[in-house]
Amino acid sequence: MSVSLTLVATCGFLVGTGVFLMLERSLTRVLVGLVLLSNGVNLGFLVAGGEAGEAPFYGSADPADMADPLPQALALTAIVITLGTTAFLLALAHRSWQLHGHDEVQDDVEDAAIRRLAVADETSQGYDLDDREDRSGDRPEEDAG
Amino acid sequence: MNGLGVTALLPLPVLLSLLGAGAALMLSGRPSLQRWISVLVLSSVVVIAGVLLVTADREGPQVLTLGGWPETLGISLVADRLAALMLLVSAIVTLAVLVYSIGQGITDDDREAPVSIYHPTFLVLVAGVSNAFLAGDLFNLFVSFEMLLFASYVLLTLGGTTARVRAGTIYVVVNLMSSMLFLVSIAAVYAATGTLNLAQVAMRVGGLPDGVSLVLQLLLLVTFAIKAAVFPLSLWLPDSYPTAPAPVTAVFAGLLTKVGVYAILRLQTLVFPDSPLTVLLLVAALLTMVIGALGAIAQSDIKRMLSFTLVSHIGYMIFGIGLATTAGVSGAIFYVTHHITIQTALFLVVGLVEARAGSTSLLRLGGLARLAPLIGVLFFVPAMNIAGIPPMSGFLGKTGLLQAGLADGSALALVLVGAGALTSLLTLYAVAKTWALAFWRSPEQAHEMTTALVDPDDGSPVEMHGDHVHMGPVTYGPRDIETARSLRADDDPDRDLHQLLQQDALPGRLSVLMTGPAIALVAASLALTVVGGPFYDYTDRAAADLQDRGPYLSAVLPEASP
Repeated sequence: MSVSLTLVATCGFLVGTGVFLMLERSLTRVLVGLVLLSNGVNLGFLVAGGEAGEAPFYGSADPADMADPLPQALALTAIVITLGTTAFLLALAHRSWQLHGHDEVQDDVEDAAIRRLAVADETSQGYDLDDREDRSGDRPEEDAG
Repeated sequence: MNGLGVTALLPLPVLLSLLGAGAALMLSGRPSLQRWISVLVLSSVVVIAGVLLVTADREGPQVLTLGGWPETLGISLVADRLAALMLLVSAIVTLAVLVYSIGQGITDDDREAPVSIYHPTFLVLVAGVSNAFLAGDLFNLFVSFEMLLFASYVLLTLGGTTARVRAGTIYVVVNLMSSMLFLVSIAAVYAATGTLNLAQVAMRVGGLPDGVSLVLQLLLLVTFAIKAAVFPLSLWLPDSYPTAPAPVTAVFAGLLTKVGVYAILRLQTLVFPDSPLTVLLLVAALLTMVIGALGAIAQSDIKRMLSFTLVSHIGYMIFGIGLATTAGVSGAIFYVTHHITIQTALFLVVGLVEARAGSTSLLRLGGLARLAPLIGVLFFVPAMNIAGIPPMSGFLGKTGLLQAGLADGSALALVLVGAGALTSLLTLYAVAKTWALAFWRSPEQAHEMTTALVDPDDGSPVEMHGDHVHMGPVTYGPRDIETARSLRADDDPDRDLHQLLQQDALPGRLSVLMTGPAIALVAASLALTVVGGPFYDYTDRAAADLQDRGPYLSAVLPEASP
């Protein structure tokens, strides 16, 4: 099966930019990233469908010349689903803006707690044995635990 | 038995739920009618799933190709022993959760959970879960994932409060990412094999170059591992689940991750039986078990603690799947069933705690065993069960998996056996800590210990370090200290159990509709022990079917079967 290089390159570019945007903190950018990513994936379906051909209407052309209709049907389904999720994410971003005045994705509670502990806890900055022995006198509970 | 009559039941779990969802939405102005519809639909799904289970066990996999298309063109629904079992367990659990949420809605009339949205969404979730178990087609599996995910987005962000929007954002973005990955995998599978029917993919994938089939397998595995919360793709779970209302968390914890586990199981046994990837899966299982259990110990909130045990115990199932032996797969199926019931039961009980004592934070709770002995028993039994205390079903499931690991005998499998036992102990420690703090000590002690966090007196073993506090072996972070401070502020409406008791401000008694389902699920998990022998026979047969592949393939593709 031969595939169109243009399609593959466009697909790769869209997915790449989409992933880049999804790594942003603002939910709106994440959303734009998602839209780009899903368009890239839908192009991927066209690539998966093989060579271009006649429109796959029954009786309109020789079936051997038709494009594969299944990936097109799958891409359509995926587009509809992405539309729904995009609308939902927009609503979430709006709600987040109502509540906080911005739409930044906030930290995972656990991550934030671990980071604060790491900043505050001397032991996490290095396991220097001498350092620990110095402290063992005034922190008996922790050593026992 | 008339074979056609039974296969006609196959689409009903999905159809009835979707039609019920539509009806419930139209009747949003008449809550009692809405409740009756939901209960009726889910009860009939339980019956249908039971019939399918018996038929699949007696007569082999039941297949229906929708729309009367030839089997390779149409979408096929398949109920073999595994799918029928998962369908039945999920139907029972969702029915219990539904009754529980009706009880909760009646008692507290919560504005945070608008009932008119809740019932239709819940039914769509059930339709998605049922469809995922029955799907014999990769794209149908994708659509069912989207159905259940969409319902879960709505349920998780019910009411749109600050915490739920924060947790919901992470949950939605992570799951969208995995959906996109699933689409990429589907496109790749279609490009490589020219079909999406699982049975046909299974027969064609052997002819592909090794590299191509490995890429397809890894793509699908990563997709499903995100849904199943396998470490390192599990970090989204403990942060998003606990914020939802109790019944929602219960059904998410019980079912959504298990759908991912089911998909991995199906993928590994049906499509890629020649490439078990044992080392990869066993290492992932090891990390999931141990890291999840360690996370559970560190939590100061019961819901968060349980979310971490949920992640941890997914590791056991991946362990069984990774072994790729009949005993391992059988153990994994048993463990999935056990874990669905037990995890849902635990979250429902935590919901009872929240309704009775106003909080699930270990900093605020104490003396529940005396205040509410029934909740005490209902927490204690499944907590010991999840930790694997004999003779309960958790012990049976773990024993089966550990025996399968010993029978495998490789060094890594033996390490996993050790880690499985260790995780069991760590889980026991986590639930015992919860028991001791929330149920055993008196509310006064709880109050004193919490207030000592912010204002240590001479006797208390408290040490301040920066913005966190060591108290004995436990470290409390800034969030905990904030909670503790709020208890001392006179104008703060948040009170702990001791203060509520003093002010005589405890919420009223619990509805029977809330305790009933929790009791039923705990009893069901104990019943798994009673029928442990026959049930293990059943999972052995299901695992043998999966390993053999023959029954499934010849049922779906009668002409092309090998």
